[in-house]
Amino acid sequence: MSPPTTATTERTDHDGGPPALFSITGVSVRFGGVRALSEVSLDVAPRQVLGVIGPNGAGKTTLFNVACGFVRPDSGRLLWKGEELTGLRPHRLASLGIGRTLQGLGLFDRMTVLENVMVGAGRHARTGFASALFGLGRGARDDAALAARARRTLAGLGVERYADRLPGSLPYPVRKRVALARALVGEPELLLLDEPAGGLAGDEMAELGELIRGLTDRMAVMLVEHHMDLVMSVCDDITVLDFGRVIARGGPDEVRRDPAVVAAYLGEEVGGKAGGKAGEGAGERAGREQRGTGE
Amino acid sequence: MPTTTEAGEKDPAAAADGRGGPRRRWRSSVLPRHLSLAVLGLLAVTVVMETTGSFANSQLASMAYLGIAAGGLTVLTGLNGQLSLGHGAFMAVGAYTTALFLDGEPPALPLPVVLAAATLVTLLVGAVVGVAAARLHGPYIAGATLALAVAVPGVVLHFERLGGEQGLGVRMPETPVWVLDAAYFVTGSELDPTKYVAYIGWAALVVTYVLLANLMRGRVGRTWRAVRDDEVAAEIAGIHLGRARVLAFVVSTACAGLAGAVMAMAVRITAPSGFSLTLSLTLLSAVVLGGLGSLTGALIGSALLTFLPHLVTGLGTDAGLTDVRAAELAPAVYGLTMILVILVAPAGITGTLRNLWRRRRGVA
Ligand SMILES: Nc1ncnc2c1ncn2[C@@H]1O[C@H](COP(=O)(O)OP(=O)(O)OP(=O)(O)O)[C@@H](O)[C@H]1O
Ligand SMILES: [Mg+2]
Repeated sequence: MSPPTTATTERTDHDGGPPALFSITGVSVRFGGVRALSEVSLDVAPRQVLGVIGPNGAGKTTLFNVACGFVRPDSGRLLWKGEELTGLRPHRLASLGIGRTLQGLGLFDRMTVLENVMVGAGRHARTGFASALFGLGRGARDDAALAARARRTLAGLGVERYADRLPGSLPYPVRKRVALARALVGEPELLLLDEPAGGLAGDEMAELGELIRGLTDRMAVMLVEHHMDLVMSVCDDITVLDFGRVIARGGPDEVRRDPAVVAAYLGEEVGGKAGGKAGEGAGERAGREQRGTGE
Repeated sequence: MPTTTEAGEKDPAAAADGRGGPRRRWRSSVLPRHLSLAVLGLLAVTVVMETTGSFANSQLASMAYLGIAAGGLTVLTGLNGQLSLGHGAFMAVGAYTTALFLDGEPPALPLPVVLAAATLVTLLVGAVVGVAAARLHGPYIAGATLALAVAVPGVVLHFERLGGEQGLGVRMPETPVWVLDAAYFVTGSELDPTKYVAYIGWAALVVTYVLLANLMRGRVGRTWRAVRDDEVAAEIAGIHLGRARVLAFVVSTACAGLAGAVMAMAVRITAPSGFSLTLSLTLLSAVVLGGLGSLTGALIGSALLTFLPHLVTGLGTDAGLTDVRAAELAPAVYGLTMILVILVAPAGITGTLRNLWRRRRGVA
């Protein structure tokens, strides 16, 4: 991938701030006639929560898919710790230190909760095929270590008691936590959360908010979410997308008052009442169904 | 036999959760367990082999090679979700390799080395096919492997060295004297060549199943199942989809190669007609009957496919049918069994037993 880097970086944040952990610079993606992303740039600083919001079809999931290597951008660059990620493939994410949850759950339905999380811990595995094939003690000890790690992560999210169950038999909020555990167990430095609050009730969402804030002592978080209360309360910075373009960026208060943002949400009160899902009502966009990878 | 099967079945008692619930101890190593099962299995096989006649011995040899191939196939299809309709073709590779290596008086290589060579050659062929198949999805893999199953017997005809339609005779090397002595010492009876091959087949099966069970239990098996259940999530978790698929394919075809080698020795001839599409479908039905993804199931399926036809034919003649009529009964019963299992027990025999057991324990 060697696209022309016509980065029109109109970034206002982090000038002179801490160096970015992850940067997206001038990324454009086109699906046939649809411009899903145009010249999108953003920076995620270490230990920051960056919100990405925008109406349905604005390009949020596509942005994540670019960041994960599922979608190859037509132009633009990705920088991880200052180094360009060329030809990024999704399976490399985990070893780079990037975790992601999917907009759907994407749990492995015929594997126990513990095994689901252990798959996410593969980054910490130290033994390979041969010790597995011959059942060497080394492989078994390695597996036990992965299991212990997975259990700790499950315990940290309060769902350890479901370790031996199949995900299909569990309530939705628990499954959401299992999916989160699978992303966290790899100890990423950047976590991409695509609509983590979808399907959660009010109090569960508040817990989720606290949980996300709690993660910032270890990692940066990029959060796509429609629930404005959650976004406004946990994000340090917010980038607003509309029709694939960045229309605003800044702190929650700045963004909330930004006239372009208000217009994009068709006058809906941004950061309104409990559980307000801005953007969901944008009738004008109802026709844009989304077909992001992995959903 | 090792009884490793799919994830969900492990120790369902532990799933009776609750904060103070029984916490499953992570077995520090699976090898001792698998090995002791293997030893028990071999003992059982020895007892059966020594108490039955020559015909049953040869049937046991057939069961062994079907079981080896079915074990490999159940890993591919049950654990990794790749459907192969062409495993008979890989058995052909193993069988012809064996026939060629055993040609010569005395054969150039000792028997274990021949078995290993047949496995290795098939593994390499499997790697080439697997790399191609990894680019394909679901029905296309099935299609490609189906094409292989159809093509291989035809291709064989074009090579003079492979004996054409008649195929190659397989020369069984003389049973080593020390083996004869050891057998006499242990069992008190003479080891005839049929029994010798059957023992080799079962030894190969036990080794194969121990290795497969090891793989299934550990990270490799988990990786395969993750790819089967959700590709995108597996990829995000750091799994290289192509590599995982090719690995499963290669492991599975290596088993088919070994199975082919045993088959060559048991049947004493390798001819294209022995490796028709029917063989591939037989393997698949063994795996489905027994229960996808379960080695125990693969073994049960192979036993059914080996013994059911003969049993049915026997019952037919007992009931006063002519030999021909009785022989026609077998495919019918076989078909009915297949339909019955798919209708009544779609999870296969082991899968259904597992579900019943789980329900009795009151676990979801
Ligand atoms: N694989 C694809 N092929 C074609 N068009 C796509 C694909 N993925 C997304 N799109 C289009 O790109 C645009 C952006 O979609 P995207 O899924 O990124 O939106 P989103 O902001 O995540 O929306 P939502 O809030 O509904 O999840 C939409 O118009 C969508 O229809
Ligand atoms: Mg989306």
